[in-house]
Amino acid sequence: MAENAKPVTRRAAIVGGNRIPFARSGTAYARASNQDMLTATLDGLVARFGLQGESVGEVAAGAVLKHARDFNLTREAVLGSQLAPTTPAYDVQQACGTGLEAAVLVANKIALGQIESGIAGGVDTTSDAPLAVGDDLRRVLISLNSAKTVQDRLKALARIRPGMIVPEIPRNAEPRTGLAMGDHAAITAAEWEIGREEQDELAARSHQRMAAAYDRGFFDDLVTPFLGLARDNNLRPDSSVEKLAKLSPVFGTGEGATMTAGNSTPLTDGASAVLLASDEWAEAKGLPVLAHLVDAQTAAVDYVHGGEGLLMAPVYAVPVMLARNGLTLQDFDFYEIHEAFASTVLATMKAWEDAAFCKEKLGLDAPLGSIDRAKLNVNGSSLAAGHPFAATGGRIVASLAKMLHETGPGKRGLISVCAAGGQGVVAILES
Amino acid sequence: MADWYTNFANSGFGTTITKQLGLPRPVELRRYEPGQPLLPGPVVVGSAGAGRLRDTVTAVLRDAGVTVQSPVTADGATGGEKLGAVILDASGLTTPADLASAHDFLAPAIKRLRASGRVLVLADPPADATTPAQAAARQAVDGLVRSIGKELLDGSTANAVFVPEGAEASLAAPLRFFLSGRSAYVDGQLLTVSPADVPANLDEDEPLAGAVAVVTGAARGIGAAIAEVMARDGAHVVAVDVPAAGDALARVADEIGGTALQLDITAADAPQRLVEHLRERHGGVDVVVHNAGITRDKLLVNMDAARWNTVMAVNLQAQLDITQALLDADGVLRDGARVVCVSSQSGIAGNRGQTNYAASKAGVIGMVRAWAPEFAARGATINAVAPGFIVTEMTAKMPFGTREIGSRINSLQQGGLPVDVAETIAWLSQPASAGVNGQTVRVCGQSMLGA
Repeated sequence: MAENAKPVTRRAAIVGGNRIPFARSGTAYARASNQDMLTATLDGLVARFGLQGESVGEVAAGAVLKHARDFNLTREAVLGSQLAPTTPAYDVQQACGTGLEAAVLVANKIALGQIESGIAGGVDTTSDAPLAVGDDLRRVLISLNSAKTVQDRLKALARIRPGMIVPEIPRNAEPRTGLAMGDHAAITAAEWEIGREEQDELAARSHQRMAAAYDRGFFDDLVTPFLGLARDNNLRPDSSVEKLAKLSPVFGTGEGATMTAGNSTPLTDGASAVLLASDEWAEAKGLPVLAHLVDAQTAAVDYVHGGEGLLMAPVYAVPVMLARNGLTLQDFDFYEIHEAFASTVLATMKAWEDAAFCKEKLGLDAPLGSIDRAKLNVNGSSLAAGHPFAATGGRIVASLAKMLHETGPGKRGLISVCAAGGQGVVAILES
Repeated sequence: MADWYTNFANSGFGTTITKQLGLPRPVELRRYEPGQPLLPGPVVVGSAGAGRLRDTVTAVLRDAGVTVQSPVTADGATGGEKLGAVILDASGLTTPADLASAHDFLAPAIKRLRASGRVLVLADPPADATTPAQAAARQAVDGLVRSIGKELLDGSTANAVFVPEGAEASLAAPLRFFLSGRSAYVDGQLLTVSPADVPANLDEDEPLAGAVAVVTGAARGIGAAIAEVMARDGAHVVAVDVPAAGDALARVADEIGGTALQLDITAADAPQRLVEHLRERHGGVDVVVHNAGITRDKLLVNMDAARWNTVMAVNLQAQLDITQALLDADGVLRDGARVVCVSSQSGIAGNRGQTNYAASKAGVIGMVRAWAPEFAARGATINAVAPGFIVTEMTAKMPFGTREIGSRINSLQQGGLPVDVAETIAWLSQPASAGVNGQTVRVCGQSMLGA
């Protein structure tokens, strides 16, 4: 333990957060761009904490689906926001881990004393997704652009064939396997024998809990309406296991197919942001410290050739982080396991309970054990809110920090977010 | 910012038409802008009675750099510069006969009043009179001032301040307000001040500097205007509105450099959440403006319980609950705090189809009157402002006829603007307004409704 102990630094405080309600693809935000959504989210955060004209240490945010014109997305959003134009910004991208990774990056700079405050965020739109022309047409157009004479231009144009005029639409699929993320998750679900009913139960509970949280005003200081939407429009307060049981599977094949549109997250548009700071900065501004970011860990698995599930990386990241902090899996008051799919959450927990897996794959003497379901995603998660890829991390960090703050000092929360490319980001927050 | 009719009536052709047909001739009102002089012209000050308040008046005018002309030269025949205001100190009236000198002074002076001028009469409260004749003389001021208000043209207003013995220091802030452009749409009002330890505003250009001000219903309309004026006057504004209005609320907060707090003020835990927010983020609060209000109009016989209950919950019960929670929370409502509650003309005059709304708004008037002594004991005040016809997004949706008549049936012959309500509230929120407590000030251009 002593050799692995972290160097002594300060812990970054989570002051609060803001997000816009998440909207199912092609609905309320169909005509909003990533920059629109991120700017509105930053402005809502600025309004909540009185940061008009302030220069914060940095803004780190990103999007998974980006137009070429959005190469400097976060900086452009900052320039369009109420923050001082002297606020530096950069883009981050780690698929669904983007939002949490951005928070870790900002927190680490605060911990090292390089900045006193920062904003971490993420945004994604699947409605306003970029379309690309095929490689053949792209090459023709590039040579057309560099052609110097009329003759050269005509020659270039003559190479265009009707078949080239088909745009490439971004797909939610892994480039190395060609499989959709849901297909990958279905393989893992089958491997871990995750049943249909327990997935539907998890999904229904997510909806019910998030609806209840909205009703009691939990999101009043976490969400700011946008384009006429005041709540996530994927949220089904009346969701039930019975209703979900009627849906047909969309991922997996044959008898064993258990994953439906109800227990998988839909494509979603939205943005989130979290304000982090040193304790001193927060105090000087009269702002609260909801929680501190204690530690974080990323991991990656070989889902291409190594036989591990695409979304199983957090399973590997958590024990490393627990060991470094001298904690067990049961030492937490809240668990936030991102619900990419209900089956992912269930497989993750099952793996931690599995003695053979923990020994062989994680190299542990004993399994990590089970977690108290009453402490899992207590205010709902992605199955209810939806999952605009890069925005999910910010949603979870701000919500968990608020839950910990409400529960009292010294409470601990675990965040686990799986990501495309076989990666995972996990973190510990403490009030 | 003038409406279409005001623009028309002030155009070349419109001037001819409106004059010949005897139509209303509204003018663009003199409204306050930072740095503006208190008055656009000189003042004459006259007395009818002992004139106990002359020193206070002289001091205020001197500090504001206003030229005071002798009433002797104000006989009207000599011309000269037009007057910005006419002030009559009618304190010390003993019998109605004393009022003859009021007439002698006012008649020629008002003739010289310029557009958007001010007539202000200062007197003793009728209720404090020791003889029926004295009470009669003091009460006569009421009818005099209201009638002058109706006779004045070109955006000029007439108001009165009743000043009891020992409350002379409380006069300065109302005096400045009624003379200034801040009171543009306040007309025909009779304000009674009370004795108080009156602090000076540290900075007349930013009288709310350093103050933390809560404004409910701040996302749009009158609430947004209140937030803007409060911020202009130096306050840090905590802008409150329902979560569903959060995007508009954030825009208001960002525009004025305030903060947004999304809160349903009718929620059971709303008072406590507001108290905690103010304690945690600001260590307390100096000004609370209960502006949030809703209408659910229906004739009483057709009104369901939901319409009645929601209007009462937002417009009245939330004001009571939040104010009580602030009073109970140790140290959150700072000494010298100001609470201003938005009532309505409907609460004074009643309005067809608005039994619920009018009841709630009348209740507000009773509430501030009852709470005033407790507030005075902590150097604080609680007052109400009752807007008349104020031009907002809501009135823009009214039928043309209703809207035009509603906006003309007042002495200024036009609707007020949200900023007029906001200026009145900001004035009541000033430290120097300590002597105005338990009052309801109408911002209605001397509306004929409920007058």
